[in-house]
Amino acid sequence: MNDYLSGLGALLQQYDVLGAFWTNIQLTFWGALIALALGTLLALMRISPIASLRWAGATYVSIFRNTPLTIIMTFMVMGVWTALQIQLADNFEDNFFRLAVVGLAVYHAAFVCEAIRSGVNTVPLGQAEAARAIGLSFLPAARLIILPQAFRGATAPLGNTLIALLKNSTVAAAASVSWETSSTMKTMIEFNPNYLWEIFAVFAIGYVILVIPIGLLTTWLSRRLAVKR
Amino acid sequence: MDQSTSTTGQPAADNTVDAPTSDRALGAPLVELKSVNKHFGALHVLQDIDLTVRKGEVLVVIGPSGSGKSTLCRAINRLETIDDGTITVDGKTLPEEGKALAQLRAEVGMVFQSFNLFAHKTVLDNVTLGPRKVRGLNKKDAEEQARKLLDRVGVGNQAGKMPAQLSGGQQQRVAIARALAMQPKVMLFDEPTSALDPEMVNEVLDAMVALAQEGMTMIVVTHEMGFARKAADRVVFMADGQIVEEAAPEEFFTAPKSERARDFLSKILTH
Repeated sequence: MNDYLSGLGALLQQYDVLGAFWTNIQLTFWGALIALALGTLLALMRISPIASLRWAGATYVSIFRNTPLTIIMTFMVMGVWTALQIQLADNFEDNFFRLAVVGLAVYHAAFVCEAIRSGVNTVPLGQAEAARAIGLSFLPAARLIILPQAFRGATAPLGNTLIALLKNSTVAAAASVSWETSSTMKTMIEFNPNYLWEIFAVFAIGYVILVIPIGLLTTWLSRRLAVKR
Repeated sequence: MDQSTSTTGQPAADNTVDAPTSDRALGAPLVELKSVNKHFGALHVLQDIDLTVRKGEVLVVIGPSGSGKSTLCRAINRLETIDDGTITVDGKTLPEEGKALAQLRAEVGMVFQSFNLFAHKTVLDNVTLGPRKVRGLNKKDAEEQARKLLDRVGVGNQAGKMPAQLSGGQQQRVAIARALAMQPKVMLFDEPTSALDPEMVNEVLDAMVALAQEGMTMIVVTHEMGFARKAADRVVFMADGQIVEEAAPEEFFTAPKSERARDFLSKILTH
């Protein structure tokens, strides 16, 4: 029994498990930031009075929401970096990390867009009419009246998207971010198959610990921020 | 901006409070609709509407539901598009889209049946938003004006509250103040008391009567005959997308000329 525990302890010290989780948290942070900006822009396009912008927004969402993330991540490395030779940083690690962030962002932006659109649907039409009636044109009306209420109505679906993004950040392995959690886990299992279940448990519990607070926080926020009508 | 004459942006009316409103001198045409048509699918909801509202006039539009009266009201600031015909406000034809349309809407105040106060903003912010973001007023001037307007409609003590904390009647009075803050040339009221509890109808009508007596040009879609009698210069009766009858309020309510109007009035006056 002592051998078993000390063996597991040594294994966890040998690999940088916390560092791997930290990488996924960073991937999630930057991915979420860019996805939020891009998704908001897409949502604006989809509710805009200009038909071509609505079409472009809808097309983007259809393409990226319906493409597997693994394919987008592989494309970021094989297509964007290898074939198109677009480099996002000078050293290998930063370059792969940033390619993975972009891949995560463009994919999740489609979901952010739809979450915000569901938030827009919680805003009564009369709000937009009142905004127009006092002389606000589309962009100011969207910025001052529609989006602030839409975001508050979209807190829960946005939280779900963030949770999905955190877990999907493990797909960064497909963009050669080999020091993130799922890659680290695979390597650990490969070399220590006798601890298979324990290693699985460590990573699974790690994610549960990260995700549960996000869920609790967004549920709390969605209640607190709800616009009273 | 000079506020000394009246907060509505119009010179104070000459008529005294007690003078019969229909006797007051009306100005030049302010809102003109010429052969306006609109369809909702197969439904011809506005049929060749011709209507002129003069400066300072208070026009009440009355009619059964589905008659097109709300659509008419909403078409004047292009919340509803029209199929053909022209609508001009102060000599300017209603623009199709964009900045010019936004500018014109700023000059046309609108009060909705369901109030439509900005739900995430305080009462004060509701009233200052337009002047600040559209007219470019600074915060201090906008708030000063807003407080005056809120006092005028009797909700000055509610300035810091959120709309959901107010009663329907208070919300609608804030909505009137919000529209007035843009110093509009004309005010549109789309069934402003229809969503209110009975005991709150009068506080809103009182604010509207006061506004009418100050000389504001008003187009009011309503079934409130008390208001029409007290404040309107003219009543327009609509049915099935057409203007069926136009008359002074007393004349319309006591001796309607058309069968449709008689039928309608008999139905709403029975009880």
